[in-house]
Amino acid sequence: MSQTELASRPAPPSIWHMYRAMVGVGVVCGLLIVSVFQVTLPIIERNKAEALQEAIFHVLPEARTSSTFRLDDEGGFKALDGDGAGERLVYAGYDDSQELVGLALEAQGMGYQDVIRLIYGYSFAEEAIIGIQVLDSKETPGLGDKIETDPAFLQNFESLDVSLREDRTELANPIVPVKHGTKTNGWEVDGITGATISSVAIANILNGSAQAWMPRIQNQLSDFKGGE
Amino acid sequence: MHDESLWTIFINASLVNNFVLAYFLGICPFLGVSSKLETASRMGAAVTFVMLVSSICAFGIQALLVAINAPYLKLISFIAVIASTVQLVEMFIKKVSPALFRSLGIFLPLITTNCAILGLALFQTNKGYSFVQCIVYALGAGAGFTLALVLMAGLREKLELAEVPEVTRGTAMALMIAGLLSVAFMGFGGLGS
Amino acid sequence: MATLPKSGTDEFIKGLWKENPVFVQVLGMCPVLAVSNTAMNALAMGLATAFVLVMSNIVVSSLRSFIPKQVRIATYILIIATFVTVVDYLIQAVSLDLYKALGAFISLIVVNCLILGRAEAFASKNTIARSAMDGLGMGIGFAFALFCLGAVREILGNGTLFEAQLFHDSFQNWVVMILPSGGFFTLAGWLLLFNWFKQRKARREHASTLGLSKETA
Repeated sequence: MSQTELASRPAPPSIWHMYRAMVGVGVVCGLLIVSVFQVTLPIIERNKAEALQEAIFHVLPEARTSSTFRLDDEGGFKALDGDGAGERLVYAGYDDSQELVGLALEAQGMGYQDVIRLIYGYSFAEEAIIGIQVLDSKETPGLGDKIETDPAFLQNFESLDVSLREDRTELANPIVPVKHGTKTNGWEVDGITGATISSVAIANILNGSAQAWMPRIQNQLSDFKGGE
Repeated sequence: MHDESLWTIFINASLVNNFVLAYFLGICPFLGVSSKLETASRMGAAVTFVMLVSSICAFGIQALLVAINAPYLKLISFIAVIASTVQLVEMFIKKVSPALFRSLGIFLPLITTNCAILGLALFQTNKGYSFVQCIVYALGAGAGFTLALVLMAGLREKLELAEVPEVTRGTAMALMIAGLLSVAFMGFGGLGS
Repeated sequence: MATLPKSGTDEFIKGLWKENPVFVQVLGMCPVLAVSNTAMNALAMGLATAFVLVMSNIVVSSLRSFIPKQVRIATYILIIATFVTVVDYLIQAVSLDLYKALGAFISLIVVNCLILGRAEAFASKNTIARSAMDGLGMGIGFAFALFCLGAVREILGNGTLFEAQLFHDSFQNWVVMILPSGGFFTLAGWLLLFNWFKQRKARREHASTLGLSKETA
């Protein structure tokens, strides 16, 4: 290589330049992310709370206000200020005169394609599930997603019996899925022809959740009364 | 948080919700590397390995970010970890088997931009899998990716010799095959539950 | 033919048709096929990607003399990941429903080969204004392509467009269109169409050059 070629080649960047670039860009990027995060955080929290409220009021049709309860280690339910996050939460709905309408609980389990998340409403008075809403599902469109829209299927959940046995320790009858058109008992779920697995999944999710929660809840009614 | 059995997770990741054919992740290498059977299987193995390592690291990072309450750093840290893992794998393969390194060529560093690996890290974080569940998920996803890649390569090798309309040659044909494979894989739905 | 200097608008227009990232370059498809099952989702995803593309092009271009070659890819990825995180939180704040539909695929914009490709091939070597135009053109071309994909899938698979009923009740939905395979087929169909256009154009140009040479002969 000639002298001129060597001289005209740019000098290799120093380590300092490389550090400066990476760290400089890193810091600016970090600042940008944090500021956007801080600005949007309250909006996002509000959106989530609104969505949850809407779901609770959908499964407890007479509720006008709600409050969140967490199951503590002794088996009692404590009210939380504001919304809590994490496990073991139930939501109590109250009507205009601060009377307890019922509880809303979230449950999830495996569907046909992927996990299904739903929320269901429970009424103390009827000792039954009075409504469900699917929160998250990736079931097959046109087939499995009928669990969200089929009116006959949704009728199952207007009064799904989850009463306890005499000794108040277990469900008297587990929630069982039955073939379409063969429902005879209040604790059975009439399936959807053509969407068997998805409808069976819903029944199983509800059963699992009810088996675990109903005994705890029904014996702790006093924890929830008393308005907000 | 999730009580799916490990077997369900594996079947789900590899067959029912195959990363390539159901989630459309890893299309770039899928369409790029899948013309030869041999390269396809090697690519699949490399991707599976990177997935495994990234999955473990992602689990650790997520735990750390939750501890210091900085969830917004998730994406940047994941991509940094994946890039470093690929770099390490590259150096490792170069040392252990230079022939393999040469045959993989440009596609090895391209694993970094493989949506499937970042997708894996993000999905497992969203689902809140435990450590063991994460590993099984990564193995399942890698196996599924390799399977899709190998199937595609086998089909395309045969198709090279077939007579197809000029206008469909290339990517359009590959996509149609992918579509048919995707429909076939739908038959796995409901398996393992 | 010598390449004439391109104006700003030229940079913009090339991304829409001639060098359309999806139909011509077949780039950056990964994260988008999965969420293109309705026109709304596809458009939102396309616009989010366009936003990240424009912003990262601008930033990369303005820092192009500041970033040494050795660390450029790492820095580009850092910048892109930042804007993707920003878009992620913005979408969450604007519409939780949209966020639920798009999910983790928003974050996957960061590995969209298109954005890194433009940063490396264009933004690192051109002025801020040109890079912004290039990003805008490619981004809108990308969003347009996604929209085509999503619209076809929604119309055939659901009978709606932007949730508005289009066909009579007796229309049987082609459910396969909403499924992943539908995404593959639809994209294949569009590519087929583009290939056909390209070939027809090439044949015409070939025929006209033959005609010209016959005249000069």
